[in-house]
Amino acid sequence: MILNYSQPLELDGVSKALDTSLSALPDFWRILIECVLVGVVILTTYAVIALILIYAERKITAFFQARYGPNRVGKWGLLQSVADTIKILLKEIIRINNVDRFLFFAAPFFMVCASVMTFGAIAFGKGLLAVDFNIGVLYVTAVSSLGIIGVLLAGWSSNNKYSMIGAMRSGAQFVSYELSAGFALMTIVVLTGTMQFSEMIEKQQYCWNIFNGHISSMIAFVIYIISGHAETNRGPFDLPEAESELTAGYHTEYSGIQFGFYYLAEYLNMFIIAGIATTVFLGGYMPIQVHGWEGFNQVMNYIPSYVWFFSKTGVLIFLSLWVRWSFPRLRIDQLLALEWKYLLPINLVNIVVMVILVLTGLTLTDLFPSLF
Amino acid sequence: MEKIKKLILDTVKDAVIEEKQILTVTVSWDKLHLLAKTLKDNAELPFDFLVMLTGVDRGETLGVNYLISSSTDISVEVILKTDAADRENPLIYTVTDLYETAHLNEREAFALLGIRFINNPDMRRFFLNSDWTGFPLRKDYDPNPELNPVSIESKEIIDITPRIMEVDGKLVEDTANIFEADDYIINIGPQHPSTHGVMHFRTALDGEIIKKIDVHSGYIHRGIEKLSENLTYPQILHFTDRLDYLSANINRHGLCMCVEKAGEIEVPERAQYIRVIMDELQRISSHLLAWAAMTNDLGATTAFIYGMREREHILEIFDKTCGGRLIINQNVIGGVMFDIYNEFQQDVKAFIPYMREKLKEYDRFFSHNVIALGRMIGIGNMTKEETISYAVTGPAGRASGWSCDIRKHQPYSIYGQVDFKEVIRTEGDSYARYLNRLDEIEESLHIIEQLIDNIPAGEICAKTKAIIKLPVGEFYQRIETAKGEFGVFIESRGEKQPWRLKFRSPSMALVSIMPLICKDEKLSDFIGIGGSMDYVIPDIDR
Repeated sequence: MILNYSQPLELDGVSKALDTSLSALPDFWRILIECVLVGVVILTTYAVIALILIYAERKITAFFQARYGPNRVGKWGLLQSVADTIKILLKEIIRINNVDRFLFFAAPFFMVCASVMTFGAIAFGKGLLAVDFNIGVLYVTAVSSLGIIGVLLAGWSSNNKYSMIGAMRSGAQFVSYELSAGFALMTIVVLTGTMQFSEMIEKQQYCWNIFNGHISSMIAFVIYIISGHAETNRGPFDLPEAESELTAGYHTEYSGIQFGFYYLAEYLNMFIIAGIATTVFLGGYMPIQVHGWEGFNQVMNYIPSYVWFFSKTGVLIFLSLWVRWSFPRLRIDQLLALEWKYLLPINLVNIVVMVILVLTGLTLTDLFPSLF
Repeated sequence: MEKIKKLILDTVKDAVIEEKQILTVTVSWDKLHLLAKTLKDNAELPFDFLVMLTGVDRGETLGVNYLISSSTDISVEVILKTDAADRENPLIYTVTDLYETAHLNEREAFALLGIRFINNPDMRRFFLNSDWTGFPLRKDYDPNPELNPVSIESKEIIDITPRIMEVDGKLVEDTANIFEADDYIINIGPQHPSTHGVMHFRTALDGEIIKKIDVHSGYIHRGIEKLSENLTYPQILHFTDRLDYLSANINRHGLCMCVEKAGEIEVPERAQYIRVIMDELQRISSHLLAWAAMTNDLGATTAFIYGMREREHILEIFDKTCGGRLIINQNVIGGVMFDIYNEFQQDVKAFIPYMREKLKEYDRFFSHNVIALGRMIGIGNMTKEETISYAVTGPAGRASGWSCDIRKHQPYSIYGQVDFKEVIRTEGDSYARYLNRLDEIEESLHIIEQLIDNIPAGEICAKTKAIIKLPVGEFYQRIETAKGEFGVFIESRGEKQPWRLKFRSPSMALVSIMPLICKDEKLSDFIGIGGSMDYVIPDIDR
């Protein structure tokens, strides 16, 4: 097909070439090599994205706050996050008396593992999907909620009252907002009829889910963004850390790379939430396509799919930073009231509305099949 | 005043009344409480505002001076003086039941002079450790460091207070627990990002809800009042900058005025104008920082930096005038040290419309934000009665409907000639205090606007003697800083140093009411309320 020639920058050729070159090997070795390669790639991407995100956040924050941001290390401070990483790796891990040593050391790993596992399920581009589960949405929801164990353990094992309060807040917040995030994703599952990310994306070729389910999808999108913020402990929902109240909340006692893990996971969680929102609502790595505009579609297709994915995710991340640096922090009871009194009921009604839309054929693709 | 005199004599027959700068009444230690109560209950002009409580070592005896005033007209002043009967075991009845603000002040007097107050429910030493040897402000205090060695051991905090109560006419010494046995206590401070300094709140929590707060202070107590007793008046001036550093210039203005009043020094008019303009600029900068710090306490970091950005322009003007930015060393006895620079008026006039524009931006950005409103409206309520009893002045006091601006009621310098509005709100919550500050910035701009073009030519500093000696007597001066009412008390015995110098710190009153208004609020709101009160800790830890 023409598509193959018009997309010279796509990376799915690389993975296909790898597949064919390894097909001579026995199954065990083939799978092992592939697993190792995928693992290495995912971990590297994870670290690199974290570096870029930290730099981007600092620059964007500086822009909001009428400052310069990092501008000393390298041109425009580009090497700042590299320098910070080296610093944090070299820092001493302070031994703290009277902590539950095993849990204290284990806690950061829970956090990082949960976020890496979720990260692995994201479709970055055509063929750039580590495992294409048929229950992708369910998997992401389940695995991302493991991170809270790290937070609770950190708060408990630190033997520090501030950490404890931070962790308890975090627990309440996480459990509450996990519900909303899950329901918002479920709304889209109702719309697309699949939990598989690749299939979900393919279906959005001409009409993104956020438009397809119009009212209902928009509501789900907004709720997902809000609860995603809350889950990542950022923006106006950073109560577990709340530096002006609890110094640093659950990770007060951590130093060096252990603190680095929490820091890393926080940034990546922001990316993951934006990434999932992109995949589920904004057509994932699909370029903008319009029925019948073949020339336009060709041009759009020429831009590689991962660029589309990262740009859409980038827009959502910018939105999240904008919110974070504009709003003051909520109080714990206001936070929970927002979830249980507003978001959850709206969400439940929204699912019913979506079911009705789908059953009665009121989605955009049903209404205007020639356009979408 | 005649009526008050009559009332005093009717209540206590052997009271000695002296007509000085302020009406001064001396009574014996056991009659003081009765007199204070009568004056407070006086329906026509209730003396319900304890401005200053000053412990004094008078040489032979230890005594206390109470400067009381009325909430309805804070320019009316009466001084009550009393002496403890026994220098070895000085006892005076407390007035905590009449004026809540006396509580911390009496604890301070106990720590520094060893005067114990009967019926005060909490007689731990304020500022000092409970095992401190000697009482620093007594004239026979031995400052030998071996008596009070610096301890590098961490000490457990003991939440037990000694007290001395009167039960059935007899004095009983006993102890009381501050907290209940199974309270979950967290230490907010001394090292905490939102206590705005080295302040220590022992806080008993019930989940996220605050049950009780116990205020510990003194981590940066420098003994400024003690140090001042060995320095000449010009040397003392710089101490005022180290109290409330955000109102440094205004504090210094207060001390200068007190010395000038006592020494009968005439300040040139040009200096008066410069002083007032500088004071108002300082007030704006302090309110900007208060606004910024409060938004930061509520979690809005961007707003914090916006406040700093505008404040920078004022610091720039200070810098150009006298080289200082935070602490500007501008006021000296008799006038100001530096004249304004050539483009001063131009810079200030450029700043005024800029600041007005930014005030609108603050309004759009934060004042109507849904989350911000939820964190401020109805939080940390104080009623007018509580405000007066705790002597909370300044923007916080005026947010509870109490008209307490010294600039209006007892105009000093050239405040009588300028037109400005006293910003008063009646809600008494964090939001009212927040809005009060923003409105006061506008009023300060208005004051500067009236003065900036009319600065008269002439001298900037009166000629003073090389060594300034004040006549024998007691001198009070009250002045309105950004945080509230700042007071200076000087007792002079004709020397070039003061016999006793006392500063009334507005922040101490602000902190003293925190346990009351934060009770049953959430932990997060405690931080927000702290931000809305805007206390500065070095002002307390004199």
